[in-house]
Amino acid sequence: MEIKKNLKSGEFLVADSDAANVFIPEEFNEEQLMIAGSCRDFLAAEVSPRITELEKGKRELMKSILRKSGELGLMGISIPEEFGGFGQSFVTQMLVAEACGAGYSFSVAFMAHCGIGTLPILYYGNREQQEKYIPKLASGEFIGSYCLTEPGAGSDANAGKTSATLSEDGEYYILNGQKMWITNAGFADIQIVFAKIDRDRVLSAFIVESSYPGVVIGPDEQKMGIKGSSTAQIYYNNVKVPAGNLLGKRGEGFRIALNILHMGRIKLGANVLGSAKKAVEDSVKYANERKQFGVFISAFGAIRQKLAEQVIRLFTCESAVYRVSRDIDDLTEKLKEESGDTGRAAVEAIGHYAVEAAILKVAGSEMLDYVADEAVQIYGGMGYSAETDVERGYRDSRINRIFEGTNEINRLLVSDTVMKRAMKGDFDLFGKAAELYAGLDDLSGKVTWTDDYFSEKSGYAGNFKKTVLICIHGAVERFGRTLVHQQEVLNNIADMIIETYLSESLSLRVQKLESLKSDTGVYRDILDVSVYDAAFRIRKSAYDAIYAFAKEEQATALTRAVDSLTAVRAVNVKSARRRIADKLIEDNAYKF
Amino acid sequence: MKILVCISNVPDTTTKIRFTGENTSFDSSGVQWVINPWDELSLTRALELRDDPASGVKSVTVIHSGPASAEPTIRKALAIGADDAVRIDSPSGDAYSVAAGIAEVVRSEQYDIILCGVESSDYNGSMVGGMLAEFLEIPSVSGISELNVEGGNVTITRETDEGKEIVSVPLPFAGVVQKGIAKEPRIAAMRGIMMARSKQIRIYESGPEESLTGIKSFEKPPARDACKFIDADNPEQLIDLLQNEAKVI
Repeated sequence: MEIKKNLKSGEFLVADSDAANVFIPEEFNEEQLMIAGSCRDFLAAEVSPRITELEKGKRELMKSILRKSGELGLMGISIPEEFGGFGQSFVTQMLVAEACGAGYSFSVAFMAHCGIGTLPILYYGNREQQEKYIPKLASGEFIGSYCLTEPGAGSDANAGKTSATLSEDGEYYILNGQKMWITNAGFADIQIVFAKIDRDRVLSAFIVESSYPGVVIGPDEQKMGIKGSSTAQIYYNNVKVPAGNLLGKRGEGFRIALNILHMGRIKLGANVLGSAKKAVEDSVKYANERKQFGVFISAFGAIRQKLAEQVIRLFTCESAVYRVSRDIDDLTEKLKEESGDTGRAAVEAIGHYAVEAAILKVAGSEMLDYVADEAVQIYGGMGYSAETDVERGYRDSRINRIFEGTNEINRLLVSDTVMKRAMKGDFDLFGKAAELYAGLDDLSGKVTWTDDYFSEKSGYAGNFKKTVLICIHGAVERFGRTLVHQQEVLNNIADMIIETYLSESLSLRVQKLESLKSDTGVYRDILDVSVYDAAFRIRKSAYDAIYAFAKEEQATALTRAVDSLTAVRAVNVKSARRRIADKLIEDNAYKF
Repeated sequence: MKILVCISNVPDTTTKIRFTGENTSFDSSGVQWVINPWDELSLTRALELRDDPASGVKSVTVIHSGPASAEPTIRKALAIGADDAVRIDSPSGDAYSVAAGIAEVVRSEQYDIILCGVESSDYNGSMVGGMLAEFLEIPSVSGISELNVEGGNVTITRETDEGKEIVSVPLPFAGVVQKGIAKEPRIAAMRGIMMARSKQIRIYESGPEESLTGIKSFEKPPARDACKFIDADNPEQLIDLLQNEAKVI
């Protein structure tokens, strides 16, 4: 396949990348590491000592800690300097999201404020709105929230019933309706509220100050996890919102909502890395302290297997997170040069990488669920005690598969957006897919193993891509326009795309690492096991899709091709995992 | 009034210590380096004094003796709020050579208060502060747990095993600081991190004195056995273990 430097969103399925051009976390500069260090210091000083108190739902305490993070400048990371922020790159923003991910419910409140609570005004507000609100949101003087979901409008956001009616004098919009599951509701000063003007078909967005008469905040919901974050319903009873607080143009709300959600999703992918690293560190420390049968439980293969697998999944996910982060920075720069508008360039760049955003959302949240679950398991009975961080981490992790668009919606988005972008002409997916499909017999019975370690890994990634393409072609050919109703097949395709992107990102990272580190054996182990597992999962997803769209004879030809395309060299995964666990156990910390 | 804070570049306290070359040198691969915790607290107190107009302290400079690889740690000190920084470009040396090098800088730049942490968390020498005072022929005060400066007058509290001493000292002096001097180290704020970019680290040539001592080899303490828990109702077992197993009574 052709090697390209800056790939369009989803284009990785039909083009290859050069490891030299891919950004990896080992390339963070000194300043970025210092910023992440400040986030960790802040959590240690302000959040960890008060987490039990926060879990009791003390709204004012959470607000005061948020304000302190603002005083430290952490809320201004993505805000341009002209509005009192620090205008950091997207890579740095993601690193901050990661570092704060270890802060349990504080992290949710912080991320909601900095992302969906602030950025709609930065990206879509007019100059007056930006000058009025952004400096205060960047400093923490104001806390922001984002009000999209309603009792009857969750994943189907456009079904919202909240209405806005322009007053006769044209001075105000009169807002009526109800929002629910609003993060930071209990103490937010600013709300980004989505409503339909005069029974429009589509949403518009408004900046609403919580102090406006008629805004009623409900009590906090009793939740499974993230108990320290305020989540409540908000009611709007004839709220007079100044006409100048319409955000963007009338009817632009749905676009704003979607673009902000792309950003929320991708940042969730970074945020869960921090939560997962905390859980892995808790796991290994406990395994190195807990003795059973006279030995530390970290000596047992069954525990080492879990520890290693936590590392493998986390490291793999991390590789994809920072790969796309730099792609977004590069595209932002390009768009900025073209338009001169920094804010719009950033939001367009993030929106462009919608496929990767959805990939990271799904992969990241499911990686964290695995890591958090195994952390509880390693703790055994102690992990079930509410006294431990791993118990809190387990409950807190669950929401990540639900908010910022459920993983079901995001899986559909992955498949759907790839196909739409290809149809739009962003890259030639269908032509290549048809070509492969026509030559199925050529794909069967062949292995592409080579003596060169990374050429072989690159060959695997190429084969995974081919597997995706033949499945897309077969599904489209069989179902045509009705493919949209075959969500199970679209999910299979999405799973293969996710595995492929992650595997390739990991492979590129390890390849680049070899030029930076002298001893990379353990990273090759991570890559070997990760790709070996991915190959089997891709094969299973492909089989499931094929049996749903192909008739018997064709199905046999397809599965034979898939068998070849997902064939990987034998790996002694037991030994590889033991070596990975050895490093974790020896370091007694996540130092990969 | 000018304060100079001496900072050591030490491995993060969670670092797993490994040695190479048949235990003759510390294996620094993969090590995360930080400001020595006692020095960080000294710096925090120095910055609190500078930020208090009544103290008369106008500036805080940090100094480090060591190779360029320590500069990220020095820049962290600048990000936390130090006004400027000096690095004495020398390979890591013993306390004698480090103190001699810092004394040379103090002679040319004239500081009123020179603070050192009670020890560095890696080599735990606890010598630089006292030696520095001797090189400069100025008073030194050890074990400082409180440092107050008002209108140029210094009041120090020393904590000893027997209680506290309140000490006055003329300027300039070298102070050796222990925990308690500041509550928590300052966190580098975003603005500080951005400003650290433009602050210069001034480089001095290696100090006038060679190290007098060298480390021949390192040895880790023997691994400790796990704790044994004795039932509170069974003191006989405890006595038996202390007599016959530990052989300490």
